[in-house]
Amino acid sequence: MNIRRFDALIIGGGGAGLRAALQLARSDFNVAVVSKVFPTRSHTVSAQGGITVALGNVDDDRWEWHMYDTVKGGDWLGDQDAIEFMCREAASAVYELEHMGLPFSRLDNGKIYQRPFGGQSKDFGGEQATRTCAAADRTGHALLHTLYQQNIKHRTQFFDEYFALDLLRDAEGYCLGVTAMSIETGETLLIEARTTLLATGGAGRVFGNSSNAMINTGDGLGMVLRAGLPLQDMEFWQFHPTGIAGVGSLITEGVRGEGGYLLNRHGERFMERYAPHAKDLAGRDVVARAIAIEIAAGRGCGAISNQGGGDYVELKLDHLGEKRIAEKLPGIRELSIRFAGVDPVEKPIPVAPTAHYMMGGIPTNLHGQVVAPAHYGPEEPVPGLYAVGECACVSVHGANRLGGNSLLDLIVFGRAAGKHMLEHLRDNPYPRPLPDHAADASLARLQRWDQPGGERVAAITDGLRRMMQTHCGVFRTDAVLREGLEMLDALETRLAHAGLQDTSRVFNTARIEALELENMMGVARATLVSAIHRTESRGAHTREDFPLRDDEHWLKHTLYSRPGDQVDAKPVRLKPLTVESIRPMERVY
Amino acid sequence: MKFRLYRYHPETDAKPHMQDVELDIDPAGKMLLDALLAIKAQDETLSLRRSCREGVCGSDAVNVNGKNRLACITPLSELKQPIEVRPLPGLPVIRDLIVDMEPFFQQYRSIKPWLINDDPEPEVERLQSPADRARLDGAYECILCACCTTACPSFWWNPDKFVGPAGLLQAYRFIADSRDEATAVRLDNLEDPYRLYRCRGIMNCVDACPKGLNPTEAIGRIKSLLVKRRV
Repeated sequence: MNIRRFDALIIGGGGAGLRAALQLARSDFNVAVVSKVFPTRSHTVSAQGGITVALGNVDDDRWEWHMYDTVKGGDWLGDQDAIEFMCREAASAVYELEHMGLPFSRLDNGKIYQRPFGGQSKDFGGEQATRTCAAADRTGHALLHTLYQQNIKHRTQFFDEYFALDLLRDAEGYCLGVTAMSIETGETLLIEARTTLLATGGAGRVFGNSSNAMINTGDGLGMVLRAGLPLQDMEFWQFHPTGIAGVGSLITEGVRGEGGYLLNRHGERFMERYAPHAKDLAGRDVVARAIAIEIAAGRGCGAISNQGGGDYVELKLDHLGEKRIAEKLPGIRELSIRFAGVDPVEKPIPVAPTAHYMMGGIPTNLHGQVVAPAHYGPEEPVPGLYAVGECACVSVHGANRLGGNSLLDLIVFGRAAGKHMLEHLRDNPYPRPLPDHAADASLARLQRWDQPGGERVAAITDGLRRMMQTHCGVFRTDAVLREGLEMLDALETRLAHAGLQDTSRVFNTARIEALELENMMGVARATLVSAIHRTESRGAHTREDFPLRDDEHWLKHTLYSRPGDQVDAKPVRLKPLTVESIRPMERVY
Repeated sequence: MKFRLYRYHPETDAKPHMQDVELDIDPAGKMLLDALLAIKAQDETLSLRRSCREGVCGSDAVNVNGKNRLACITPLSELKQPIEVRPLPGLPVIRDLIVDMEPFFQQYRSIKPWLINDDPEPEVERLQSPADRARLDGAYECILCACCTTACPSFWWNPDKFVGPAGLLQAYRFIADSRDEATAVRLDNLEDPYRLYRCRGIMNCVDACPKGLNPTEAIGRIKSLLVKRRV
C-alpha cells in the first residue's frame, strides 16, 4: 500500500484545520491537509453573521465581558479556563485575519465593522453589546477563502478529495497518522505523521432538518469512537431559531442584530414575553424554545396544521430598508428569495428552528490536545493527537454556543493547536514505528462494502435522520429518547446487512456515503445515550421530564464511550486562568 | 419529470452516453439538486459533487439545458423538459457529472490569490474606508464554482495559457484592495497576449455566474489600469 509521510497531518480543510495548517506551514516542518472536499467547499463557508471579539470598535467593550456572556450563554457548563483563553486571545487572532486580507466590512473611521448579536452584554449582564465583526453576511466565506489563500502561499500540501478512514495508533496509544482513500481513484493509502489534528467539523446531518452542509457527517467523531476514545457533552445540540421553514438553510442571527424581529400568527412580538430584556437577542436556545412553544400552542404562522396554527413564525426585517439590507445582509436576501420565495425587503421570512451546531465533541485541553481518561486521571493527553473546531469540545460553548463564537473558536484554537503541534514535533523529533497490521481493521471495514447486501444505504440514512428529528429534538423526554435508541439499534442491525449497488473504484460517492453513515451512527448513539443520561435541563438540552437546571447533580461534563454505551462524568472547570470565577446563577435574558 | 443525464464511467464505459430518466417529483419549491439526489437514491451509480446545498460552496456546478449553473439553486420549475444535465464543458470528465477542476485551480493559483503587504503589521487592524472596502464588492464573493471559466470559449481553446474569468476576477479583487501593495507585480503577471488578452469580451461569464458577479467588468478595469500605466 502507498505510504506518505509528513511531520504534521490535518484532517479537514475548514477554518480550524486551515488555521492550524497555516501555523505549521510557516515553520520548517511539512504539513499535509486531507479533506474530503476541495477546502473552500467546507462548511465554514456557510457561516454568515460574523466572528465575536471585544474590539470595542463601536461601543465600549472588554474581553472580560465577552467571557461573562460566553459562560452564561453556555449555562455554566463551559470550562472557564478555556473561555478566558479564547476571549483573551480573540483580538490578536482576528487582527491577524485582517492582516491576511480578510475583507471585513468597515466603519466610517476605517475600523472593522461590528454588529450586535444574541447573548451579548456590556458590564457583566448590562446593556446590549456590539461585538460581532462581519464581512457583510458572508463572514465564513471571507474567512475560509482568506485562510485557504494563505495556505497556498505557504505551500501547504493538500490532499483534496481524500477521505480519512481511521486513526493509526501504537500499543502505547501514540497517534501515528491515518488510513485514507482517494475518492477519485478509490486507492487506499497510509499517511504517517508525528502529529495528527482532527478538524472534521460538525455532524448536523444526523438530523432531518438541519442548517448543515451535506458533508457534515461527524467523520472525526466516528474515527475517535472506533479508536476507543470518548466523546464529551454529546447531548448538547444547538437548534438555531431561524432556519428557513421547511428547508433548514440558515438565516443569520445578524438579521436580529441589525434590528429584525420575530412575529407569531397574531403579529405579536412574542420574544418580549420570553426574554423581556434581551428580547429577540436572547441566547439561541431560549429563542428556539420560544418559537417551538409558540408553534405548539397554535400561534405559528401559515397554513393551519394539527397544532391549531401554522408551523413557522415570521422574521420581519423590511423596516430596515432596502439600502441597509443590500449593504449588510445581501446573502440573506438572496437565500430568502431563492428558498422561501420571499423578498425580505417587502415581506417577512418564514422561519423555524433547525439543527445547527454540536456543542459536544472530542474532548481536548486548551492546546487542542485530545484528552481521555487514562492512568493518572480523566484528562490525559493522547500523544500526537489533536482536535479543533466543531468536532472538538474544549469546552468553550458549554451547553449552548453564542453566535459568532464558533468562527472565533476555529481560529483561536486552530492557532493554539498549531503552536502546540510545533512543540510536540520539536520534543519528539523521530517518528515511532508503525506496528504491523495497524491498518488491518480499517481496511477490513472498507472492504466490507465490496460485499453485496440487501438493504440500501440511502434508506437507512433517511431512517436515522427521521428518528433523530422526531426523538431527539428541541424538547426531550426519557421515554421518547429510549424509543429513539431502540430504533437506532434496529437501524444498526439493518446497516450490518446493507450493501452497495456500486462497487466501482473511481469517484464512488455511494461508498463515501456508506462510510459517512457509519460515522453518523456513532454520533447519533453518543447523542441519545448522553441525552438519556442527563436528567436535567441545561442550555440546549431541554428535558420536559426534568425542566430545571440541577447544579447539585449535573454541573459536570458527560463522557460517552462506545463499549457498553458507558457514560462517565468529568468536572467542569469553574476556575479561569487569571480572573475570578463566574459563579453559577440563574440564567435570564 | 423527464431528465437526460450525461453518464460516463471510466472503468466500464468506452465513451460517454446520455441516459433518459423519469422521476416522480413535485417541482414546487424544489431545486435541481433535489432531483439529482432523488435519482441517485434510486440509482446510486450516478456521481456528482455537492456540499452546502445553498449556493455558497461552489461544489455542484453543472451544465443544465446548455447553461452552467449551480444545481442547488436552480429551481426545477424553471427548467424545460427533458432537463439535460451535463458536466461543465471544457474540463476533463472524471465520471458522470464530475470534472477534473485542476486546470481551473491552477489558473486561480497563478494570480497569487493572497494579500501582499510587506509593511510592518500594526497591533490592530489596518484601516480601510467604507468606500475603499466597497471596491471589493462584486469581486470577493466568488465561490470558485467554475461556471464562468468553463463557459468561456477563450478558456476552452487555451486552458493552460488563459487565466479565465474567475482567476482574473480574483486578480482584480487584490488589485482593488487598498491594503494590497503589489499592483505593479500583479499587472506584470497579467500583461500577456494569452493570460489576460485572450478575453474577447464575449461575456458568457457574466451570464453564467450564479452569484451575479461581473468578471468582464473586472477584466476591463485591469485592462484600463494597464493602459493608464503606459501613458
